[in-house]
Amino acid sequence: MSKKINLKIDGISVTVDEGTTILQAAKQLNIHIPTLCYHDDLCIAGNCRVCVVEMKGSRTLPASCAMPTSEGMEIMTNTLKVRTARKHIIDLLLSEHNAKCTTCYKNGKCELQELASESKISTESFIDLVPHKNYQMDAYSPSIIKDDSKCIRCQRCVRTCEELQHVSALSVAYKGDKMKISTFFENPMFEVVCTNCGQCVNRCPTGALVERNYLDEVWAAIYNPDKHVVVQTAPAVRVALGEDLGLESGSIVTGKMVTALRRLGFDSVLDTDFTADLTIMEEGFELLTRLKKALVDKDSSVKLPMATSCSPGWIKFIEHTYPEYLGNLSTCKSPQQMFGALAKTYYAQKRNIDPSKIVSISIMPCTAKKFEADRPEMRSSGYKDVDFVLTTRELAIMIKQAGLDFSALEESHYDSFMGASTGAAVIFGATGGVMEAALRTAYEVVTGREVPFNGLNITPVRGMDGVREASVKIEGTTADWKFLEGAELKCVVAHGLTNAKKVMDNVRDGKASYHFMEIMACPGGCIGGGGQPIPTNAEIRRKRTEAIFAEDSGMKIRKSHENPEVIAIYKEFLEKPLGHKSHELLHTHYKERARH
Amino acid sequence: MSYSNLKRVDLIFDQDCNPKEIIKNTFAKTNDQIVNELLESGLKGRGGAGFPTALKWKYTAEQPDPDKYIICNADEGEPGTFKDREILFKVPQKVFGGMVVCAKVIGAREGFLYLRGEYRFLLPELESQLAKFHADLKDLKIDFNIKIVMGSGAYICGEESALFESMEGHRGEPRNKPPYPTISGFRSKPTVINNVETLVYAFMICMHGARKFKDLGTADSRGSKVFSISGDTPKAGIYELELGMTVEQFVDDFGDGDTKAVQVGGASGFCVPRKKFKETIIGFEGVPTGGSMMIFNSSRSMYNVLHNYLEFFEEESCGQCTPCRVGCQQLIKGIEAVKKGQRHANYLEHLQKLAQTMKITAKCGLGQSVANSFFSIVENFKEEMIY
Repeated sequence: MSKKINLKIDGISVTVDEGTTILQAAKQLNIHIPTLCYHDDLCIAGNCRVCVVEMKGSRTLPASCAMPTSEGMEIMTNTLKVRTARKHIIDLLLSEHNAKCTTCYKNGKCELQELASESKISTESFIDLVPHKNYQMDAYSPSIIKDDSKCIRCQRCVRTCEELQHVSALSVAYKGDKMKISTFFENPMFEVVCTNCGQCVNRCPTGALVERNYLDEVWAAIYNPDKHVVVQTAPAVRVALGEDLGLESGSIVTGKMVTALRRLGFDSVLDTDFTADLTIMEEGFELLTRLKKALVDKDSSVKLPMATSCSPGWIKFIEHTYPEYLGNLSTCKSPQQMFGALAKTYYAQKRNIDPSKIVSISIMPCTAKKFEADRPEMRSSGYKDVDFVLTTRELAIMIKQAGLDFSALEESHYDSFMGASTGAAVIFGATGGVMEAALRTAYEVVTGREVPFNGLNITPVRGMDGVREASVKIEGTTADWKFLEGAELKCVVAHGLTNAKKVMDNVRDGKASYHFMEIMACPGGCIGGGGQPIPTNAEIRRKRTEAIFAEDSGMKIRKSHENPEVIAIYKEFLEKPLGHKSHELLHTHYKERARH
Repeated sequence: MSYSNLKRVDLIFDQDCNPKEIIKNTFAKTNDQIVNELLESGLKGRGGAGFPTALKWKYTAEQPDPDKYIICNADEGEPGTFKDREILFKVPQKVFGGMVVCAKVIGAREGFLYLRGEYRFLLPELESQLAKFHADLKDLKIDFNIKIVMGSGAYICGEESALFESMEGHRGEPRNKPPYPTISGFRSKPTVINNVETLVYAFMICMHGARKFKDLGTADSRGSKVFSISGDTPKAGIYELELGMTVEQFVDDFGDGDTKAVQVGGASGFCVPRKKFKETIIGFEGVPTGGSMMIFNSSRSMYNVLHNYLEFFEEESCGQCTPCRVGCQQLIKGIEAVKKGQRHANYLEHLQKLAQTMKITAKCGLGQSVANSFFSIVENFKEEMIY
């Protein structure tokens, strides 16, 4: 039991654990103290000073987020002194801020705007500093746009990039009035070690960091009568989209989303889940093949452990920081890119549509997917495989723009074909999901039996711990896979690039030996992706994850190799996993990138 | 030399002592004896904030952590202060001596001297003095080692927690307090950080005993202090004076006969106008100072003086906290606008309220103390701000 501390906030007594901050203690009493630089996921900065409070006996007003409680403390959150100071501080932030709110992408979703509105700052009491600044706009990245004129220097992005992702693409440069958030040598985000993960975007309180949006391009394609516009939706979108449309976190909105997409005018509403299942087939066989080469053929050139390649943030991270391990990445494209390549080949043939007339759109929980779609390797259909990538947030904007009453929409099903899903595909959206889906299929391929876990739920790989290890003993193998009899398949799951780094360092230093690694760039996996509704915190991510697994357990088919459309595509088009066509369309290669 | 009514003291620069001998004798005492002697002397930190030195050492000594540090803050960056440079140049052995005594009291094996970037020219001589010091310690069988760390020129790194960040290889930004350095300082270990001059006084108190120091000064401001005197004075330079004098006494001695104002404590200190010379005591009961005394005569524009200070703060703020970063910009743009007639004179009152907010909400001493010069200049020289 930790020590208890008694204090008073606004005259109300409260008892808290030692180490609790004033802000946390106030929350226990349902006293709201406004904050800006504070974020649940990040370490305390205490630099915006918006959350200052009055403390009896103190000359200064401490920042409640950074000040630990102590015995007998008396705090006032709502005095004239506090109000005056807070108004000054918000006013100061506004004087440095390009407050052209009506044309700002974050209009209505901006924490500074909200605070300014709360404080009812009606006249500009201070001098507008914006004309005196030489603010830069970095709009070169296909994923993220950085507009310094909107930045309030709260450093949430800096802390995110350093603490959660261990990338530090963004850091503080200069001092005093010139202090700004910048990159290595002030190069554009596009040219530095940025993984495009968008976690900074998720946490930016203003419009300083936003996704590059492709709303106009997508509307133009929809309204173009010559184009056939197909849309795919990633697994994690269906458990988060509702948050931007007035529903609770963790609402499953798959059916409503499909209806909405149809109403928006997409010609065919398809599911990334289909290619998630296909990924399992290709990646599962790739793993088994690598194991066979290593164990039976004693081929020393085989790279193990094999790492998943679905997360484009992780891919760019490893290309920059562990290029010597590129051979360990599965050569499988991500489900998005598999889908793109098939949309303009298989789908086009079957539907008898000229592929040049197809516009392929994807709805992703991710900003890195925008970069991924732009990679030069991603044109194996002969065209750009995925034309435009929208985030969950952008889809919500389109739904609002179209005037749809989302919660009143009826539910409907994906189109066929390339619209069929399984529970295994759905769980791609949560950390550990790809691992679980792969094990469900691989184990069955090798033994002819289902994975030995209750209800197919491989619970050891689930959860929110940053790094999770599990091993599966393979017993009772079929004739083809006898070489795996009795083998212990060692797996590791990591989410968030700081955790990925821990795993990679262990692998590099020989401290851990695995066969298979699932790594996702974002905290919680895709449900916590950089394109998901804002805000994010552990509680919201937990609810989205629960929704993902609820969707899985409610599905009739829960194993990728049983997806009827996957069976069909191998029969009609691809022939077999890792076959010639697969290599052409579904696999890719990686490139070493500069370390700085 | 002209007639002087101020008592000159010679504790700091007195060369007539043997540092090795003082160390030896001090190490024969118990830690309690040393702390009590310091407590008795009433020595307060000479960097400007004036925290009792004995308590700082005592609190750190009480921490159970086996790793502790003593750091000498030689990042003398306050405009108008140049006394630490002189101390380091003339009596470095006394500075090191103060550090090793502190190390004994708190239980540190390592000490650091954080030297202002602009004082790099002192480094070769300091290094050779340090080698001599280390040789003395070896003779005395004392396990303690000092390293000199160079600053890179940021004023903010004189703030103790920003200094730790800088030493740890990070950007110099002040930390949240608490925890204070006595509990979590350099490398998050209990740390004593003292100004150069404080360490020398502590060392001198070890040599002479508390009485010699305590007999000087006043109840709130014991002892003497080294002043850096500059501006409109025929006697610019470094002087060790007994504390407790009024500004009037000081001006009588150092002024040029036409003194209009004295800025006590540098850009982050207070401006005392002529009409308040008599009533203002230089010390913790009046205007405290880290040593900087800038004298202005009637030829000086106080608007220009304030503008110059604000320009300094606008640039030297680390930029992390809102009140300091944006507040400094608003103050300077604000007085410019009033001077040019772009804003009404009563905008100065709005700026004073802003300065008050900076004083109570800024994260560290830098932002909090901008208000000192702003208030004292704007209030006392309002007409110069407007016309």
